[in-house]
Amino acid sequence: MAETETKNVTSRMRQRPIVRLGILLISHSILVSIICCTAGVLALLLLPVLAKNSYISENALMPGSASSMLSYQDVLEANKLVRDISSLSSKPSGVAIESRGIIAQYMSDLGAEVNYHKFHPHLNEFHPLHFFSSPGSEVIQDNFSCSLYGVNTVGIIRAPRGDGKEAIVLVTPYDSVRGGVGEALSLGIAYSVFSLLARVTWLAKDIIWLVADSQYGEYAPVTAWLRDYHTPVFGDLGSLNSEMCDNNNNIYKLKENSIQERNISYTFKRAGTMAAALVLKVAYTNEQFEDTLSIYAEASNGQMPNLDLINIVNYLAVHKQGLRVKVEKFWSLLESQWLRFLGEIFESLGKLAKSLNPDWKFGISPSDYVEGTATLASSLYYQALGVPTGCHGAFRDYQVDAITLEISPKVSFNNKDRRSDFLLLGGRLIEGVIRSVNNLLEKFHQSFFLYLLTSPGKFVSVGVYMIAFALIVAPLPVVAASLYADSNDLNTASKKDKKSSNSDELGASLKSWKWLNSAKRVFVVHLWGAIVSLLPYFISQIRDCTPTTNFLIWISLSMLILLILHQILGSPYFHVCELKPQEGEWALLKSVTISSLFIGLSLMSVINFATAEIGALLLVPISLMVHPLKHDIKARSLRSFSRVICNLVLGVISFPPATFILLKGVFEGFDGLNAGDFWNWVESLWAWNSATYLYIDAKCFDTTASEIRNL
Amino acid sequence: MTFLHGKSTVVVTQSMALLPVRLKLIVILLLVCQLLCSTIAFGSVLDKDEEEFSEELLLKPLPDRKVLAHFHFESRAPPSISFGRHHHLFPKAISQLVKKFRVKEMELSFTQGRWRYEQWGGFDPISSNNAKPPGVELWAVFDVPQSQVDASWKNLTHALSGLFCASINFLESSTTYSAPEWAFRPDSGNLRYGTLPREAVCTENLTPWLKLLPCRDKAGLSALMDRPSIYRGFYHSQRLHLTATGSSSQEVDSGTVLEQTLTVVLQPISWRTGKSYVDKANSQPSWSISSIFGRKVNGKCVLAKSSNVYLQFEKGLVGELKNLHKENADSETNKLASKDFLSYPSFELSVNPDKVFEEVDNLHSKSTSVLYEFSVEKYNDSHPLDLGLTWKIPVVWSCQQAPLHASRFLMGSGNERGAIAIYLKPTELSEGLKKSNIVDKSCELRVNVFQVVPWYIKVYYHTLQVFVNQQSRAVADVMEKIHVSPSKDKISPGVMEMILKLPCGLESAALNLEFDKGFLHIDEYPPDANQGFDIPAAIISYPDFHASMRFSEDGSLDKSPMFSKFQEKSLVLSYTEILLVPLTTPDFSMPYNVITITCTVFALYFGSLLNVLRKRVDEEERFLKSNAGRKTGRLSTLVSKLSAKLRGKPREPQPSTTASSSSVSFKLIFKVLLVAGIAICWQYYFG
Repeated sequence: MAETETKNVTSRMRQRPIVRLGILLISHSILVSIICCTAGVLALLLLPVLAKNSYISENALMPGSASSMLSYQDVLEANKLVRDISSLSSKPSGVAIESRGIIAQYMSDLGAEVNYHKFHPHLNEFHPLHFFSSPGSEVIQDNFSCSLYGVNTVGIIRAPRGDGKEAIVLVTPYDSVRGGVGEALSLGIAYSVFSLLARVTWLAKDIIWLVADSQYGEYAPVTAWLRDYHTPVFGDLGSLNSEMCDNNNNIYKLKENSIQERNISYTFKRAGTMAAALVLKVAYTNEQFEDTLSIYAEASNGQMPNLDLINIVNYLAVHKQGLRVKVEKFWSLLESQWLRFLGEIFESLGKLAKSLNPDWKFGISPSDYVEGTATLASSLYYQALGVPTGCHGAFRDYQVDAITLEISPKVSFNNKDRRSDFLLLGGRLIEGVIRSVNNLLEKFHQSFFLYLLTSPGKFVSVGVYMIAFALIVAPLPVVAASLYADSNDLNTASKKDKKSSNSDELGASLKSWKWLNSAKRVFVVHLWGAIVSLLPYFISQIRDCTPTTNFLIWISLSMLILLILHQILGSPYFHVCELKPQEGEWALLKSVTISSLFIGLSLMSVINFATAEIGALLLVPISLMVHPLKHDIKARSLRSFSRVICNLVLGVISFPPATFILLKGVFEGFDGLNAGDFWNWVESLWAWNSATYLYIDAKCFDTTASEIRNL
Repeated sequence: MTFLHGKSTVVVTQSMALLPVRLKLIVILLLVCQLLCSTIAFGSVLDKDEEEFSEELLLKPLPDRKVLAHFHFESRAPPSISFGRHHHLFPKAISQLVKKFRVKEMELSFTQGRWRYEQWGGFDPISSNNAKPPGVELWAVFDVPQSQVDASWKNLTHALSGLFCASINFLESSTTYSAPEWAFRPDSGNLRYGTLPREAVCTENLTPWLKLLPCRDKAGLSALMDRPSIYRGFYHSQRLHLTATGSSSQEVDSGTVLEQTLTVVLQPISWRTGKSYVDKANSQPSWSISSIFGRKVNGKCVLAKSSNVYLQFEKGLVGELKNLHKENADSETNKLASKDFLSYPSFELSVNPDKVFEEVDNLHSKSTSVLYEFSVEKYNDSHPLDLGLTWKIPVVWSCQQAPLHASRFLMGSGNERGAIAIYLKPTELSEGLKKSNIVDKSCELRVNVFQVVPWYIKVYYHTLQVFVNQQSRAVADVMEKIHVSPSKDKISPGVMEMILKLPCGLESAALNLEFDKGFLHIDEYPPDANQGFDIPAAIISYPDFHASMRFSEDGSLDKSPMFSKFQEKSLVLSYTEILLVPLTTPDFSMPYNVITITCTVFALYFGSLLNVLRKRVDEEERFLKSNAGRKTGRLSTLVSKLSAKLRGKPREPQPSTTASSSSVSFKLIFKVLLVAGIAICWQYYFG
């Protein structure tokens, strides 16, 4: 007997080393998961230290190699435009039409082709299955009213000797009614550049200047224009740009010179494939200590423009124009003590490493570290959220690299010289960027598309940040496998004790298919999740509801559906193949949940890394920790008690509404919170077709899947 | 003839220098004899026909403050005997080309920049003949049997490539050229058509082109071609048009007409440096030949039969000037003799024209275009021609447009599929047409569309949709004739020719064709693959409209080759934009990655295979056991424990020899510490 057993052991011994390694990992799954998770979090915290200095990868860009041609002459003209525009705003009526006319007049005086583009603000609509589809031409409703439309003004400069295959887009959002000095100034900067570009001979790509009518938000006009640019509708419904609702404009048109009128039309004009787009804004707040430039780059679903575009802007702003460049960061993180402490630790470690080998340079000062972390966190957050940080996001949907540049001047513009200086500064920056993009022979492809910024001049590339994610996710399959193995062992052991040997065969065949039962459960919970995530579409159809009531309806409906599903699940039909609830079943259920979570996270990391990363941070601990409450309560030991507490806390935290409220509380203070906020947030998410929305729901029900069963 | 004489005298002087004095006389006699003989021979074979060369320059102010300069050089070679042909003026390279490849008609154009149909007009002969798509366009008709056309085309492209320093030889591949049947030219049998949209055009293409002129750019009108100023312009198109005249047979070579034109649109400098743009918005810039070219005309090319400079005022401009004149001084002369036109106070010419012509208009519109002729013969180095035009009052007009304005664009985004759309919009001309034909209900406007699409843009021709006045129409209703030859992968491009019948009261028309983006083999990508791929310009022409300009009824201008060209009825045609399609491009480091990963996989596979084949089970166990027997010490125990764990085998109990093991472990620890210390020291001092 003993000999046969040793034979068995030796036969098992003959397995391949890799299998043995796998078995080792599985048998020590707890240790592995603790090590991996800690290492993953550490690696994430190390990212600011590991960030590389950005460099301009595409040689053809050659930023700043030519001296700026923008002169005071152009700026004076621009100043005139700014004056004309701002003097208009004092008048009460007809400002929109008149300012539009002025801008169009200025453009066409430069020899540009000018056209107006009418659009209806695209109302926020929830299309349940539109998340990953490319932006298509959407059917315009018949019942739009004539009062509700905006008019973009578009000016196009044809490159003198270019072949018109490519174009660079310059966007200035302008709200003629509410627009302040900042918007007028951004028009001034764009005009000064435009007037220069109308004369230069080096232009190889056409320039499109889009004055986006932002009275219905900044995003809507740009999307509408892009949609008409790329997917116009020739059919009878798409006749928006023609004579409909035209009566308003005739007032101004009559005043216009007949010659100029010929140049300014409502026909949509195009200029080839877009190479890049720049959105220009001026933030007119009197709080800056120096001229600063903020760069916003995140587009929908965590897409980023090519890093080279940010690099040239950064290079030109810092080295040529002496602006202070910043990217968005979480200001609240800047004061956090533990980050500073962590930074100090990393610094000392870096110093130690440097003393060992001077070539190892990864120490950065604690303040840099804190700043880098704050930027990284905001970069991660905005990418994860999937909501673009400006109207540049609309371009990314059409594979056009675009960023928003927000220039904040130092002082107020009571002084005219100061204003001219500012216009010159901004104009030269834009001119430099356009000239650099103009040099480009191919589209942006050299540099990174997948990166996280830790400062305007530093980035973490995909190869580095994926390590952190991989480490966090790694324990999931290990734990799933070990749970599966355990539950099998447990079942066989219990069977041996209880059952007689004649039902053994049946038991064995059933045993191997047992996981299907758990998979079914998980599937039903996911189904519930899918239904709940589709619910807001129907709820939003109900009119005259405050967000809070909407939210409450949503919750109650979800609960109702859960009950129904539970009834169905609990019905005997679903328990045909199940003999008896068994001890090890929860382990099997957990293992199935974990493996589905693993698959989900891995897939998500391909689509949107940041979402997957944050999701993994929230979900992996709970899915690993989860344990049936009944068992723990029965056990009544300190260990099981602490486990219960942990489970409950983690479960609450990773429930999306709770996460949202906590985050909001941390960053904005807890006062003034209400449930409606979450509804608004969700609404904004689906309005942007954010995949995060789907994901949050999936996440939510992933976690609840295990929770529910365990309770 | 004069040219030949000049050359022979040069030869004579050279030979005089070389030969002894005594022989001089004989040689001269001989030469003169030969010369006489040859002239007599020529005279006898060909009757009065001689090779001719003429040069002309047409200047025309454009509505958007620019000036069009159109150089026209024509060389004619009459039919002659097949061999022993000597050319006096006609370029030998071209005649050889014509002879060798039996070219019936050929046109080659190098263009930089776009012709702006909306501003510069689309109805006159210049815009329909000389407005070309950016890059190189070549078409040729051959006088050979159908089966040899492709071979001739290939050879021709290579010959032209060498002649003009351009990559015309890329048109050799069958994927780049096409054989349009009827849409490009009405009666084209052996026609081949190809374009290179990406070809950059510069002086290296102009120099060989100038070499074909007898005076090159040393004298005559071509001397105006100051490179920086002509390349600074907004449009630059050099064209070479060959026509074989008369039937060729075994004995007699066909005659050849070589027409070389250079069309440039320039910006007069006065506006360029102007201080304020807004104030001068409506005023036309004043210019002169020296201000736009930086040079003056220092006399004609002596070899040219005629050498003239023309200044043309367009129909619209003349009409506008007449209106202005009427307003300013209510002139009683409404019929306006052509001479009176000079007396307009609105502008001033620095040189008095030799002749003034008025266009003979068949349509009886209220104004006709006016032409001033300046003969270059009167001018020389000391008294150069510097024609200047000074505007005194602002004037605004517009050019005559083609019936429809066509624009083509890409639809959709992403790397998978897209659509090509051609959008036609009526211009003033067709609106006028609508009014005139209001009684005629069955009025139709025929539009000819010719489009070549490379094979990697896989157009689905069945998806053709036509929208007329924003309403979808069945293709059969609108189409009069269509011919499609779908692309074959890596063999031939897709060609679409069609004639549309559009109603006269057209508001807009759109054609829409969907396509899939194909994949290329990695070798087929150009070096700048990420720029995207070009779809050559489509050609839109109007079979019912012909652009022709006739200036004199008495035929005084018929001698001018340029105006006889203008008088020919040519199809009104326009080119659409070139489109840039971004295709999926592979990561070009991919082959390297593939090689690396394949090598790794192979190494792993063969390594483990060899390992398995080589080892024997017993041997391994014995080896392990002996190892275990030898191993002592805490560290080694740990290692063996770990290895046992890895192997999934219970560790054999070891004979405990504590004393020896401790000494061994001491040694080991000492060694390890020593090595570590040395390493740290090394690092500290030398690292």
